[in-house]
Amino acid sequence: MDGGEALIRARGLVKRFGEFTAVDGIDVEVRKGEAFGFLGPNGAGKSSTMRMIGCVSAPTGGELAILGMDPLRQGPAIRARLGVCPQEDNLDIELTARENLTTYARYFGIPRATARRRADQLLEFVQLADRAGSKVDQLSGGMRRRLTIARSLVNEPDIVLLDEPTTGLDPQARHLVWERLFRLKRQGTTLVLTTHYMDEAEQLCDRLVVMDGGRIAAEGSPRELIEQHATREVVELRFGVTALEPFADKLAGIGERLELLPDRILLYADDGDAAAAEVYARNLSPSGVLVRRASLEDVFLHLTGRTLVETG
Amino acid sequence: MAHPSVAVLEYQLVGYRRFWRGTVFSSFVMPVLFFLGMGLAVGEYVDRGGGLDLPYQQFIGAGLVAFTGVQIAMIESSFPVLGNFKWQRIYYGMAATPLRVGDMIAGQLGYIGFRIAVAAAAFLLVMIPFGAVTSAWAGLAPLVAVLVGLAVAAPMFAFSATIESANLQAVMFRFALLPMVLFSGVFFPVGQLPELLRPLAYALPLWHGVELCRAAVLGIGTAWPVPVHLGYLGLWVGVGFVLAMARFRRRLAT
Repeated sequence: MDGGEALIRARGLVKRFGEFTAVDGIDVEVRKGEAFGFLGPNGAGKSSTMRMIGCVSAPTGGELAILGMDPLRQGPAIRARLGVCPQEDNLDIELTARENLTTYARYFGIPRATARRRADQLLEFVQLADRAGSKVDQLSGGMRRRLTIARSLVNEPDIVLLDEPTTGLDPQARHLVWERLFRLKRQGTTLVLTTHYMDEAEQLCDRLVVMDGGRIAAEGSPRELIEQHATREVVELRFGVTALEPFADKLAGIGERLELLPDRILLYADDGDAAAAEVYARNLSPSGVLVRRASLEDVFLHLTGRTLVETG
Repeated sequence: MAHPSVAVLEYQLVGYRRFWRGTVFSSFVMPVLFFLGMGLAVGEYVDRGGGLDLPYQQFIGAGLVAFTGVQIAMIESSFPVLGNFKWQRIYYGMAATPLRVGDMIAGQLGYIGFRIAVAAAAFLLVMIPFGAVTSAWAGLAPLVAVLVGLAVAAPMFAFSATIESANLQAVMFRFALLPMVLFSGVFFPVGQLPELLRPLAYALPLWHGVELCRAAVLGIGTAWPVPVHLGYLGLWVGVGFVLAMARFRRRLAT
């Protein structure tokens, strides 16, 4: 994963809104052809970072170069080569799916005939060809998301920025979006995405940073991060009672470490089955036992002491 | 390659192609109703009294051409602008492209100008059979309507980019648009106003548009020199545009 040319380079990047520091001095480098992720909970500074990269929000401090250009002085030239899929859809719901693409293409100075041809190709790509003439307000949330992704590709961008691409979608719609993004990635498009879903980050990202409180807590490929910050397997234990502390004491020593969550206890061990057997050997009878592979969720929990998506 | 603002104008026109029927009432039928209702009914009383040195129907028709411009401008620069920030978030989508804030505003103002030109020209055609058009210069009246419309629309863009709720726009319609329409010489000469109120008419854009439209449609002179009227309206457009750019930038940064 080295040798690629850096398309985005940030050094000590800061974004402040008055007294509030949204992004607190981050270093990031995104290379050509990779899928790069910002993983973190809401409020971690991901969207603020994306808006600076998208040249719609000026950095408060630090350095930022995108495609070798300066966002402050060359914003329009940079934006001409970016595709942006924002967190909240901003399609024109009164226009058809196709008109949304053709009118947007014109903002990039794309000739009308090319715009029409590309719109049809992109509608095909996001599996909306049969809805080309439908007004956007007749489309489902998942369809709108796919249309927004299609719109972000209308200028054949060098980098596609996706801010929470599947937030708010049902599982089936999410998988459809992932599948399209995966295809884009295979075609060599550089993807930069933010997400608070660890499964999304694991599926799509070659490399990612874990963000928390405006800072980068860790960086690497999903596999590297799991190897560095978690064990190979995790045992999830539920006891059907709310007070879990007494069980935590009795579990001490099993596996490498233990995390106490409001609803369950996580045991980190390289051999999950062996650890689970040990739990039973100590005469503890959990109401639920699940042995699974460690995920980025565990990495985040270990780095920040909090879960990504609040589970109660 | 065409200027980027043309792409914004194109976008607006694609939408207009879908809903133009719904705009016919506010932009065309309304001035025609004023023209017929006020012009014929009120006109008879006015003309009997001999207070004006021209038929009332002619007086009011020319003024309503300018009114048409302001009417469309106010509607198109209030709710649609707020909505493009708040609900549909269209401007945020545009801001992610090479478009600059000035392109977005210029393109949408261009669309409003187009709407005004069409409506004013159509209204002018209605006036002809009533003998309310007496000069060939009338051909310039739609352009004056566009100018006075933009003089109102540009600062309204700035206002609409600042607010959070459409309620404030309703306040604007009641306390800015309505007095302006009443006191700007559309329905009666500004000279009839109490001396204290007259400066208000001179300060607001509509009166200058009314003067210019009347001059064009009826081939008569203006109260002040034509370049002064034109320059003053141009100033409203220019200052409004600069204000709107600043407001758009600030709102898009959040």
